[in-house]
Amino acid sequence: MRAALILVAVILAFASAAPPALAVEPGEILPDAAMEQRARKLSAELRCLVCQNQSIDDSNAPLAKDLRLLVRERLLAGESDAKVMDYIVARYGDFVLLKPPVNSKTLLLWLAPLACLVALAYALIQASRRSTTSATTADATPLSSAEEKKLRQILEKS
Amino acid sequence: MITEFGHFALILALVVAVFQMVVPAYGAHIRDDRLMAAGNTAAVLQFGLIAIAFASLTRAYIVSDFSVLNVATNSHSTKPLIYKISGVWGNHEGSMLLWVLILALFGAAVAAYGTNLPTTLKARVLAVQASIGVAFSSFIILTSNPFLRLLPAPADGRGLNPILQDPALAFHPPFLYMGYVGFSMAFSFAIAALMEGRVNAAWARWVRPWTLAAWMCLTIGIAMGSWWAYYELGWGGWWFWDPVENASFMPWLAGTALLHSAVVMEKRDSLKVWTILLAILTFSLSLMGTFLVRSGVLSSVHAFAVDPERGVFVLAIMIFFTGGGLALFAMRARELRQGGAFAPVSREGGLVLNNILLSTACATVLIGTLYPLALEAATGAKISVGAPYFNLTFLPLMAPLLIALPFGPFLAWKRGDLTAASQLLKVAAIIALAVLLIAFAYGQKGVWIAPFGLAIGAFVMAGSLSELAARTKLGKVSSEETIRRFVNQPRSIFGTTLAHFGVGLMTIGVVATSAYQAEKILVMKPGESVEIGGYALKFNGITPSRGANYVEQIGSFDVTLRGTSVTSLSPSKRLYDSPPQPTTEAGIHASWAGDLYTVLGDSQPDGGYSVRLYFHPFVRFIWLGAVLMFIGGAVSLSDRRLRVGAPNLARRKPAAAPAE
Repeated sequence: MRAALILVAVILAFASAAPPALAVEPGEILPDAAMEQRARKLSAELRCLVCQNQSIDDSNAPLAKDLRLLVRERLLAGESDAKVMDYIVARYGDFVLLKPPVNSKTLLLWLAPLACLVALAYALIQASRRSTTSATTADATPLSSAEEKKLRQILEKS
Repeated sequence: MITEFGHFALILALVVAVFQMVVPAYGAHIRDDRLMAAGNTAAVLQFGLIAIAFASLTRAYIVSDFSVLNVATNSHSTKPLIYKISGVWGNHEGSMLLWVLILALFGAAVAAYGTNLPTTLKARVLAVQASIGVAFSSFIILTSNPFLRLLPAPADGRGLNPILQDPALAFHPPFLYMGYVGFSMAFSFAIAALMEGRVNAAWARWVRPWTLAAWMCLTIGIAMGSWWAYYELGWGGWWFWDPVENASFMPWLAGTALLHSAVVMEKRDSLKVWTILLAILTFSLSLMGTFLVRSGVLSSVHAFAVDPERGVFVLAIMIFFTGGGLALFAMRARELRQGGAFAPVSREGGLVLNNILLSTACATVLIGTLYPLALEAATGAKISVGAPYFNLTFLPLMAPLLIALPFGPFLAWKRGDLTAASQLLKVAAIIALAVLLIAFAYGQKGVWIAPFGLAIGAFVMAGSLSELAARTKLGKVSSEETIRRFVNQPRSIFGTTLAHFGVGLMTIGVVATSAYQAEKILVMKPGESVEIGGYALKFNGITPSRGANYVEQIGSFDVTLRGTSVTSLSPSKRLYDSPPQPTTEAGIHASWAGDLYTVLGDSQPDGGYSVRLYFHPFVRFIWLGAVLMFIGGAVSLSDRRLRVGAPNLARRKPAAAPAE
């Protein structure tokens, strides 16, 4: 699927496509396995700023490497995960977050799935209800004038 | 000369498409059989002309005619033949030509095989189909002409990007387009039905095979792309929630919903309005996918603004067909009469739930994909919406869908019995529970949610088999009787079972490889060994080599499992000649338990090489699942009842109300 993206890159920019990803290099890995685990987790949520939709964990761009090292540096300095993320957002802005924060600009983004679910469920359940009633009453074709006349005759006779 | 011939054929095809758009529709309006029948000839002729255009462009690629600009830009004389051919659609102009070729193919197929369609409906379907053809043929001729000449011709072409020179990728676009464009049939039928002002169960029966065929192709097309990304991009990722992936995934989700709602419409005459709407939206999403990929709007809003010609054109096409379709829907939908009533717990109710969840999932992907673009256009603020957002919003919608899936086929039409269905799913539930416990016992700590995912996958697989078991009364009657019943099941039942089984298999693959993958990134010197995923790997070093159009360095690993030699893997790093570009080729050892995946990195100053080793458990189930969905679709399509077309109510056995 990335194929099509690369096609676009090739076609539109005539630039060479994303080179094969060889992201985290052996030299970057922290000796403390638990801390490295934390670094990987944070890296997966940070965008490589010069790539299209790649996390710094997946990208081999030099800038992504710088960011990976920065994350590890801050972790080594003893900062919490949240503090590391705050530091990076302060430097690069919300754009760096692959999971956008909830704020006035993204409220719609975060509420939309739930809103869609409720609206669709309501609409479809209403539609099936309507089909229930229509099948029993509303769907019946009204009598033609001849039929009505006949009905009246029958009723009058009885 | 032949290229000019193709160029001319394309222009002629546009003229024929205009004729096909106007004449049959007018014929349907005034009820003139001769004018309506002209649509058939036009549809076949249009296909023939575009096929000539396509063939002549393909010829230019095969003989490396670099006086054609498109060939010079995208091909190279030393490329292997298969990639010369796939190079035809490996670029913008050629891929759009493939787009209209497939569009015309579907139109011609309706003309040829739609003999039992009511003549006015058929004429209108062909006219709508032609209108799409007019739009895209004009787009090609006016903005993206692949037949332009380049004089003087260069000595050689620029070449196709080497990572695209791959067998899976060669056939990825054609399948994807057959899916995208195949949904145009559902669209054309929907618009024609709205023009007619009436729609019935027979309509759904006509539309379903086309939708199913398109859905199958899209399924396999997406799977091929994912498979390619997995082995080619070098770390075993198979889905990235990339906007371009999403562009193909949205029509798939909507198309899957459409397949299921069309069943309700066909069997019970219900959900008509919704099915028509879904048919319009599914193709609209295909158009949007084309717009997103072709306009460059994804790479940046600014790139779009710099060279807007093509983007604006496709945007106009998209707005015209989506807007026009929805406007017509808004005007005429009220005239469509609703049919069959049903209780909330029923086959229909289950399929409505399927539609609610799939459509919401589709809307979620749509919003996540477009929101950053819309926000930037509106406020200038830049945000990123990536995998973490989609995982957080999409997966909670899939979990209930998958849990509910096995119940659906056990519910009767109109009014189902949930308790009885649960009884029949007892064995499946026990299997799922066993999987849950085993996963908790043996899985890594920390990923508490993964065992539930595996259990759900197992439940779907066992549940789909339970349906077949219940239908054949397995264990309740003699084995001869069970075999007799098995043989007598309609093919669509097997199709459903296979496809649903594939969904379960894919679920297991996705969960297992996401949660339990093992990874080692290290520097290895020749002679050193390392263990991963139960395998022991000994690194033997690097040998340089020369391929057809690249040089490469091949690493060598001896792989042993519990002391016995399994295989040797040779991941490599390549440098292509034209364009000069490095790629990595992973060395993969596949087994049912999972893939051992090795990637060669750079040489280190100390004489070692950086290597990446992964073990991806059950990862092949992802694509195997997709293949089963494809086969399931094909088996369903071969069902006589689908092929016959018009329903024969008198002959339909009321007792057999199978699910599809």
